Amino acid sequence: MSVATDSNEKFDQYAHPERLVSTQWLAENLGTPGLVVVESDEDVLLYETGHIEGAVKVDWHTDLNDEVTRDYVDGEGFARLMSAKGISRDSTIVIYGDKSNWWAAYALWVFSLFGHEDVRLLDGGRDKWIAEGRTLTTDVPQPEATEYPVVERDDAPIRAYLTDVLGHFGNPLIDVRSADEYTGARTHMPAYPEEGALRGGHIPSAVSVPWARAAAEDGTFRTRDELDAIYRGEAGLSEGDDVVAYCRIGERSSHTWFVLQHLLGFENVRNYDGSWTEWGNVVRVPIVKGSEPGVAPVPAWQR
Amino acid sequence: METSALPQQLAEIVDDFQALSEPDRLQLLLEFSRGLPPLPERFTDHPELLEQVVECQSPLFLTLDIADDAEKSVSLFFSAPQEAPTTRGFAGVLQEGLGGLPAAQILAVPDDVPEQLGLTRAITPLRMRGMAAMLGRIKRKIRESGAA
Repeated sequence: MSVATDSNEKFDQYAHPERLVSTQWLAENLGTPGLVVVESDEDVLLYETGHIEGAVKVDWHTDLNDEVTRDYVDGEGFARLMSAKGISRDSTIVIYGDKSNWWAAYALWVFSLFGHEDVRLLDGGRDKWIAEGRTLTTDVPQPEATEYPVVERDDAPIRAYLTDVLGHFGNPLIDVRSADEYTGARTHMPAYPEEGALRGGHIPSAVSVPWARAAAEDGTFRTRDELDAIYRGEAGLSEGDDVVAYCRIGERSSHTWFVLQHLLGFENVRNYDGSWTEWGNVVRVPIVKGSEPGVAPVPAWQR
Repeated sequence: METSALPQQLAEIVDDFQALSEPDRLQLLLEFSRGLPPLPERFTDHPELLEQVVECQSPLFLTLDIADDAEKSVSLFFSAPQEAPTTRGFAGVLQEGLGGLPAAQILAVPDDVPEQLGLTRAITPLRMRGMAAMLGRIKRKIRESGAA
């Protein structure tokens, strides 16, 4: 059972306004049956310092990843997690987090791999809630376990693997990392050697649009017009494009995936979560250094 | 866990973490984050005296004072925002575990001491790197000062 959507002038401009709720809407709807609020942060302790009343914590690193294989949890693992968090298949989920919803968007993307239908982001995330002086609590809810079905992940529509990207040349690629990562000046974020790569640079033909450009000063998403100017204007995307976004490990690019898919209405957007840690370490894949996108190689079958 | 090679005040903290279950270790780290002392005024008025550790996922600034005594005792000062409790927690552990020790003792602390807190699974190795970077930065500043 779905909770009514938040309709306001700003959201109505987006392709899928039902994917966002405002802080005011959330404050008014806390406790509504069928609504589960999830906090997902970069900082693993932030939830414990205080969170929105009734919100449960989902930690991307420890809850959504397989412990052994470099992959997300499977259908059974996801069902276990959802059950433990008191989420049913028909729950309306609102996710919020720190840093302009950077990790909240990641969690939303992973939830989407399992086809959870009604999952939304809190526009402005944790920071906006706090900036408005709204209440936080340190009480950790103990939700009753739910019966969540085991649904196998369906990666293909919104997730790209290395081989998909190799076959994607000729279609738009968006690199959402910092300029230093894009040009190859840096092969890893300074103290993240495990997230590093042996080669620096970007995937040939990828356009650089750092993820945070989609966020305004207060962490909310930029308006429809502003986003169109960035992604259709500057980055040159057009209606019907098949787009792949990537970053270093796929977290920042899921924020961009959300913007392209749900706010701007592109229907074929995939997040390449292998991202640069994979690409920059694979033998013989093409790489471009410097600030120019470079030319996409011609796929072998077209030569 | 072999903590005998560590300075006593740091070894005690490591033992405290090791004695707890994983969820409780996170709680203990949270306590360290709450206990991180505020910067003395002479630094709050002069942010240029602090050095940013860019490796941390959140802005963390640190500096140190080395006493002009035979032991070259080191005082540590950290600044991290309230919304970065994990980073603050790491800073709190280093502050309490290393603050006031002779420079040579700090330099002798193994670089992998953050791993010994038993937080790697709960926090992930990637997040633990920020703490290793802080320790590395402290040691580098001591070396640059020529104190040890």
